[in-house]
Amino acid sequence: MRSEPVVQVQALVKRYGTKTAVSGLDLAARAGVTAVLGPNGAGKTTTVETCEGYRKPDSGTVRVLGLDPVRQSAELRPRIGVMLQSGGVYSGARADEMLRHVAKLHAHPLDVDALIERLGLGSCGRTSYRRLSGGQQQRLALAMAVVGRPELVFLDEPTAGLDPQARRATWDLVRDLRADGVSVILTTHYMEEAEQLADDVAIIDGGRVIAQGSPEELCKGGAENTLRFTGRPGLDVASLLKALPADCTAAELTPGAYRVAGKVNPQLLATVTSWCAQHGVMPDRISVEQHTLEDVFLEITGKELRS
Amino acid sequence: MTTASGTYTPKPGAAPLPRMIAAQAALETRMLLRNGEQLLLTVVIPTLLLVLFSSVDIVDTGKGEAVDFLTPGVLALAVMSTAFTGQAIATGFERRYGVLKRLASSPLPRWGLMAAKTASVLVTEILQVILLTVIAFALGWSPHGNPFAVLLLLVLGTAAFSGLGLLMAGTLKAEATLAAANLVFLLLLVGGGVVVPLEKFGPAGQHVLGLLPISALSDGLRDVLRHGAGVPWGDLGILAVWAVLGLAAAGKFFRWE
Repeated sequence: MRSEPVVQVQALVKRYGTKTAVSGLDLAARAGVTAVLGPNGAGKTTTVETCEGYRKPDSGTVRVLGLDPVRQSAELRPRIGVMLQSGGVYSGARADEMLRHVAKLHAHPLDVDALIERLGLGSCGRTSYRRLSGGQQQRLALAMAVVGRPELVFLDEPTAGLDPQARRATWDLVRDLRADGVSVILTTHYMEEAEQLADDVAIIDGGRVIAQGSPEELCKGGAENTLRFTGRPGLDVASLLKALPADCTAAELTPGAYRVAGKVNPQLLATVTSWCAQHGVMPDRISVEQHTLEDVFLEITGKELRS
Repeated sequence: MTTASGTYTPKPGAAPLPRMIAAQAALETRMLLRNGEQLLLTVVIPTLLLVLFSSVDIVDTGKGEAVDFLTPGVLALAVMSTAFTGQAIATGFERRYGVLKRLASSPLPRWGLMAAKTASVLVTEILQVILLTVIAFALGWSPHGNPFAVLLLLVLGTAAFSGLGLLMAGTLKAEATLAAANLVFLLLLVGGGVVVPLEKFGPAGQHVLGLLPISALSDGLRDVLRHGAGVPWGDLGILAVWAVLGLAAAGKFFRWE
């Protein structure tokens, strides 16, 4: 599915007073699902809201479906669907009432009843928005983003705080949107979500994109992988190390638990097991750990907690 | 691009503008009529004041029937309760809860949203005027004057109060708007010639209070409906100035989130 970028951000800078939220960010999102991943305060929401036309860049250019989101807003708005991080609904409105209303603002909306059914919003009944559960509010916001049959949907943390079933339902909908040719830009804290859904992941930190690629590319590159096994305590790690390729490390983490870090491939696995055979060691619980996006994310963005 | 057609296959487009504005106005009106506090402000209080003060001699309303003095004042209060207080509070909370923000990325343009809000205010006012007029007639009201002058006063009053209400909603926090809009409602109810004649505040007080939009509206309506005066240009002028200042300031300072 190669085509023109649906979102093209170049050298975007956005400041709030003296605080720089986004500093020279470049992002090109192609058709499909793009996940924007990053810690709190990284600039995810600012970037997305600039694409939605809510914020005017201090410098840099933003094009969404080839349009300027601020100057060509009237042309762009019918073609995009927006799910805000929270709110967006009259506190006294019922879920179906609000969804029907948003549908009326569009020329060819989806079947509202089917969408209500699909997202399990039927149980909301006559309850007003302010009395809905957090999960119901989230799913309503998602429904409002897709009901107008947009080409491109922006979802700002669509599954934050959802229970596992509701999260699955949201993921399934995103997959169906993708299959039917709708592009999706979603921000998330959840690595699993990005791995599950995204064709492309952009990791943002400190107001810049610091890594971008498919989940597989990101997991392959950079980070080392790990091989672990247990055996008798006190094996000769120095001897093991000699048997391994030069760029590997080996250590006994706790008595009897060993870790080899490096480029883990079949060759390395064979080297370790044959060393064990030579030394009369039965390697119990031998395991190879693929790096997850979470490892990559923590490695790139640093492990310290941020406020 | 293939033309495969699934449930979600994109087919974007804005609905026709009149349909969007009508839908928005209908929704806003429903929200207002469903809200208990808003109904208290727009329906219950004006009705109670009209009935109570017409039948019980609490405030000296001067010569003539009390209902002939009170009805124009209560009509002015009804306009203020909807265009100013109700609209300020509702819009303030819509801003706070991201409703304005979400609608800003919908196909409905911002001016369309404002047009819908105005339509919703007008529909509510029509319902109020019908209700209060029926009650006033039942209490023996005998109106005079030119209906066109009444209409002009109500429209300019609505414009003046809407500007001020939106200015408040678009600049203050929702809680501050809630408190301030109710306080202003109460102060203007007492000091705006609604149920208490302005003469009670002395010549200086009468002069200053007479420049308030609520006083101009209640005074203008009273001139026409009670005394059968022609077009009250002075009061219309005051309302026009408030409308221009309020709407211009709201246009300049209104913040959508």
